[in-house]
Amino acid sequence: MITQRLLNALGGKVLWVAAILLVIAVLVPASNLLLPVGHPLRVPNYMVALLGKYLTYAMLALALDLVWGYVGILSLGHGAFFALGGYAMGMYLMRQIGDRGVYANPNLPDFMVFLNWSELPWYWWGFGNFWFAMLMVMVVPGLLAFVFGWFAFRSRVTGVYLSIITQAMTYALMLSFFRNDMGFGGNNGLTDFKDILGHPVQASATRATLFAVTAIALAAALLVCSAITRSKLGKVMVAVRDAESRTRFIGYRPEYVKLFAFVVSAITAGIAGALYVPQVGIINPGEFAPANSIEVVVWTAIGGRGTLYGPIIGAVLVNYAKTWFTGAYPELWLFALGGLFVAVTLFLPKGIVGTVGDWRTRWRDRRAISAAKIAPSGTDDSSDPPKVVRARSADPAAPLGASKPQPAE
Amino acid sequence: MPRTDTMLYLDGVSVAFDGFRAINNLSLVLDKGEMRAIIGPNGAGKTTMMDIITGKTRPDTGEVFFDGTIDLTRHDEADIAMLGIGRKFQKPTVFESHTVEDNLLLALKGKRSIFPTLFHRRSTLEEDRIGEILAVIRLEERRHDLAENLSHGQKQWLEIGMLLAQDPKLLLVDEPVAGMTDAETAETARLLRDIAKTHSVIVVEHDMHFVRELDVKVTCLHEGSVLSEGSLDFVSADERVVEVYLGR
Repeated sequence: MITQRLLNALGGKVLWVAAILLVIAVLVPASNLLLPVGHPLRVPNYMVALLGKYLTYAMLALALDLVWGYVGILSLGHGAFFALGGYAMGMYLMRQIGDRGVYANPNLPDFMVFLNWSELPWYWWGFGNFWFAMLMVMVVPGLLAFVFGWFAFRSRVTGVYLSIITQAMTYALMLSFFRNDMGFGGNNGLTDFKDILGHPVQASATRATLFAVTAIALAAALLVCSAITRSKLGKVMVAVRDAESRTRFIGYRPEYVKLFAFVVSAITAGIAGALYVPQVGIINPGEFAPANSIEVVVWTAIGGRGTLYGPIIGAVLVNYAKTWFTGAYPELWLFALGGLFVAVTLFLPKGIVGTVGDWRTRWRDRRAISAAKIAPSGTDDSSDPPKVVRARSADPAAPLGASKPQPAE
Repeated sequence: MPRTDTMLYLDGVSVAFDGFRAINNLSLVLDKGEMRAIIGPNGAGKTTMMDIITGKTRPDTGEVFFDGTIDLTRHDEADIAMLGIGRKFQKPTVFESHTVEDNLLLALKGKRSIFPTLFHRRSTLEEDRIGEILAVIRLEERRHDLAENLSHGQKQWLEIGMLLAQDPKLLLVDEPVAGMTDAETAETARLLRDIAKTHSVIVVEHDMHFVRELDVKVTCLHEGSVLSEGSLDFVSADERVVEVYLGR
């Protein structure tokens, strides 16, 4: 009974994806650490870090899907929340370097010594503490999203205008983080990390643990997002996406619904960024670049928006393709990405997941119809076809909103 | 009649869009428990009047009071909906990617703020209420179908059902029978008369046959103000109304 309720609350397919992620969280580190080097089933060290990076991107795409797929907010600035979470983690990692930097200054990170700063700026205080830094990983992106959303949604900025100002937001952040006197390392960003919680960042055991934590965090984020979208509030979110003014006339406040989703999404993106930084070993203002945020939209669209697990698949596939492509034909990657986006928009408007879902229902319908034909005529066959249609629309496993992707507005 | 005894009280309301006076010194009083039909040619200001009452448009001048004491010009759409004014739009607007049942669930009277909605658990009381409404609007068979798959008339009824779910004190119903068959129109008239037993209702409609079936007091609007008011026979005998409708 309780399991059944839980299944309903979280959604069947999403549970499967979360379970697969948990299995990966165990298998990949186990194979990397336990199998001898050169074993055919061993995941090599570089691959652990690479897969970990893909999963943080997947988490970012999931965060975007919560606002884009379910509330219709096409954010072209989600990279900003990711980068802010990354910077908060990077600041913690910088403080862990201590006197092992080039200048061996126990109190200041190298770049501050280089800039002749004499003391730590106030906004770096507390980042030596891991838990404070983890809190900031969530608070900083969440707060930015809250303030930004408060003004944007209350002023009823929607559609393409909202997309443009989200883009302006991430661009403005990029420009300010590039400045040396912001105190975040200028265009070099934060790098040369040594330890995380006392363990060397480069060690394969640390890498494997970070990978496992990332996979578990992604599974948890997926379950939380799924629970939200399947709640009554999730239904209101879809209602706001499809007919915003109608929800207002039955008493909901779309601006707060959007604000809630936007903040939850930004926090998820921040956590993803925090997991990204120790695995790639650097965070710099380039992460704020508008092009990065647009790429996230492409992953989400390719995977299938409004499905939650689709964007995870999209992010992993596209980034795998990117890794391969930038190795084989580095100068062609951007063309390939653009072409992919155009092709998906034209031929798979529901993304990979939505299209596969369509094929499945069509196949099921065809089977049901042919089964009805085979059945001896005369036994109420007239009432059969409508039943099939009804069964499909009532399918509880069908992703909410996947039935009909709406334009951004 | 004192203002405090009315359900809706509009006095000297005017609003202009780019110099065009959509509503011009409009005064209209609706008693508690009354059903009123509003007629008028295109552009008479019927929909703008609805917009003003529901907070979508703010009047330039004039007073708008609900339930005698509540100044509607000080509230926004969501506030006004929660105060107890429900609106059905001219074009049926239901949540197409939700099932019929979920459409009603979202409209059902209850807390609208974020966290109570997030942690909402459907009670048997709500389940029963949804069942009752489905019976009233005759959509029991289609409970689990997506709203986008309903016929036009069924969408209109679903929207009326959503109004019922909100359980407002005052219902504003904009062209409920547009695009309906005669049978559906008669059915809708029956439904609205039923609703009017327990609620105040304003119906905007072009279909005179339908207005006759409602059998209530009629207000005819023209160029943003009241042209004539009374029984349908009285209003349709009014020469000015005839002139407005038939042209001169």
